[in-house]
Amino acid sequence: MSHDAAHSKPVMSPMTVIAGIILIVGLFVTVRRFTGGLAATTNLSDYTPWGLWIGFDLLVGVALAAGGFVTSAAVYIFGMKKFHSAVRPAILTGFLGYALVVFALHYDVGRPWRLPYPFLVQSGTTSILFEVGACVALYLTVLLIEFTPAPLEWLGFKKARNIVVKLTLALTILGVILSTLHQSSLGALFLIAPSKLHPLWYSGYIPIYFFVSAIIAGLSMVIFEGSLTHKHFADKMDEAHLKEKEDVVLGFGKAASFVLAGYFVIKIIGLAVDNEWRYLATGYGAWYLVELLGFIALPCFLYAVGVREKNLNLIQWTSGLAVLGIVVNRLNISLIAFNYHLPADERYFPHWMEFAISIFIVTLGVLVFRFVVTRMPVLYEHPDYEAH
Amino acid sequence: MESDFYTLHDFMVYTKGVVYYLIIAILIGFLGFWSFLTARDDD
Amino acid sequence: MSISRRKFLGWIGAAGMSATLAKPARAAGAKHFEGYPDTDGVLFDAVKCIGCRRCEAGCNKVNDLPEPEQPFDDLTVLEKTRRTHADTYTVVNKYEVARQKSPLYRKIQCNHCLEPACASACFVRAFTKTETGAVVYDASVCVGCRYCMIACPFEIPTYEYDKALTPRIMKCTMCYPRIKEGLLPGCVEACPTEALTFGKRKDLIKIARERIYRHPDRYEDHIYGEHEMGGTNWLYLSPVPFSRLGMREDLGTTSAPELTAGALGAVPMVVGLWPVLLTGIYAMNKRKEKIARQEQEAAVSSAVSETEARARDNLDKAMEKARADKEKSVETAVKKALEEAAREAETKDSEEES
Repeated sequence: MSHDAAHSKPVMSPMTVIAGIILIVGLFVTVRRFTGGLAATTNLSDYTPWGLWIGFDLLVGVALAAGGFVTSAAVYIFGMKKFHSAVRPAILTGFLGYALVVFALHYDVGRPWRLPYPFLVQSGTTSILFEVGACVALYLTVLLIEFTPAPLEWLGFKKARNIVVKLTLALTILGVILSTLHQSSLGALFLIAPSKLHPLWYSGYIPIYFFVSAIIAGLSMVIFEGSLTHKHFADKMDEAHLKEKEDVVLGFGKAASFVLAGYFVIKIIGLAVDNEWRYLATGYGAWYLVELLGFIALPCFLYAVGVREKNLNLIQWTSGLAVLGIVVNRLNISLIAFNYHLPADERYFPHWMEFAISIFIVTLGVLVFRFVVTRMPVLYEHPDYEAH
Repeated sequence: MESDFYTLHDFMVYTKGVVYYLIIAILIGFLGFWSFLTARDDD
Repeated sequence: MSISRRKFLGWIGAAGMSATLAKPARAAGAKHFEGYPDTDGVLFDAVKCIGCRRCEAGCNKVNDLPEPEQPFDDLTVLEKTRRTHADTYTVVNKYEVARQKSPLYRKIQCNHCLEPACASACFVRAFTKTETGAVVYDASVCVGCRYCMIACPFEIPTYEYDKALTPRIMKCTMCYPRIKEGLLPGCVEACPTEALTFGKRKDLIKIARERIYRHPDRYEDHIYGEHEMGGTNWLYLSPVPFSRLGMREDLGTTSAPELTAGALGAVPMVVGLWPVLLTGIYAMNKRKEKIARQEQEAAVSSAVSETEARARDNLDKAMEKARADKEKSVETAVKKALEEAAREAETKDSEEES
């Protein structure tokens, strides 16, 4: 079990080479960051203090890691037991996602060792960021505990594993509360800057938009990632997992379609409430319509067609489109429509080293995921602990 | 009470601080109350 | 359950009444904060500014900031629009405005908001609105998240991007230490004209009103900073609309803490109600499952008893048939035996006769 995938599959070797290069470049930029500061590695400025590492690594990262809370809520609270096999991989991705978000923050903030200061030294309770920090820290802990049954089964610690399993419901509810709060608060971060974010994206509803779109991201990521794991780790999956896969894709696709419909509707309401129709005729308006129609309405419709026709392939491709839509939305709010009032030469475009670190972090995530699923009972149930 | 705070900011630092402590108490309280509520259930 | 409906409503009414009577009604939304009394401020008058950059030099000196590449008396710097940076707390920019004989100048520095956005945004409370009106920063707790820079509507706070491990936020302090000693802020002290006036904010507003009143032809009828983003301790007068001086007139009058109050207020509601809602849904599902299980069990057991009954019935019938068959066969056997016996007796008789 300890050295299979990488060695036994020669197909992986070009991928391994690419991963190796990414890791080496990542380590190089890491050294640059912690010796030369952000000036040496980023294009951040006094006008644009938040760049790719916040826009992508934090905002996109947290949204795409929502699969954990969405899936565990569906199974343990809403009683959709037929999705049970999707819980563990979703929680694992969620945990890795949040862990990497926190890891990425260490690059971005000035003095990363002070990250616990808001809770240990002096609390700025009026800050939305305080709430985001508190919830992310707590939720990372919740996800860690929720995931422990897999390593405990792997290691054979039955008693500890059974104690954790008993906590499932309480942890799931706590997870949903924390996710509701911090997913929406990531949007609420921008409430304080109405003069900097383009009016089409600025809205009093922005926390709700972030929460609802996080659910879409979570559902779509479960489908998207499921299709990838199915392709590469089918040998690690048990009967139940393979059998339930179709249910999961259809069920989550249906849910995602309807949530997208709701999201589309409240986006329109936001335009009406703030009377922002006239901006639609501008350049930013065109881009806004691309997001609204191409990345919200279109995946909503394609998911619906896929579900009606039981076309798993279409649903899986649509999940990729929906995930991309979330990426576009988060980057719009944090980078593209942010500081829209500045002249072009003051606008921000990421330095290549910023891209390098973001890619480095995603690669780390994929590698750790692979390490875990090839060893621990994630895609299959451990024979000693079936059907809990 | 009101005169203790000159700015809305200071007022919010205080009240939100209290609310955060309440939140911790609420979460623990719910756990306890639910187990009290369901302790004599049949199953 | 002895409480009558009328009594109950009465209690509710009484509770409401006493709450309103106890002190003047103060709903959260109606809370009003005037800020610290008698705070200091500075009035900048664009009519009187000559763009000499001495305020920049004065600021640089009293704050021990690094010397700039080009000296402060080099006015060619003004050809480019500049902003505050980690080594410059204040900057003067030049604006060519149509129908004005000479160019106009405008000084940028921290406006020291009455309700500072930076302070509201900071998750370690590194910013403090002091009793003097100055907004000061404490680097000893700062994590370096730069949310204050996102939040500031005037784009004032700057960051030491070139420091790898000890970057600080840098911004004007209104010379807080000097004010405490009774001295003027560095920039005000250096100003050779009356473009900068230091004083109590409420007095500065009166002075500004007076100037507008006396010279309506010279001034726009607007004191910038009186209400912008909830008001600032720095105030501005200008001969032209402020947007011509690169100042945003679309900021509104809502202060930063008010902008986030709604979202923060929703947090405890989620914590209070989500557990009720989610546990409720869970309990309903569990109950539904339990009922489904019971029904299934009942169905199974009734099915079992039905089959059992049918089986017993069949058995009974079979037994009956078997018994009948047996009786029949016994009967025939007896009959046969009797017949045989009779026949035997007959032959015996005939043998005896013959």
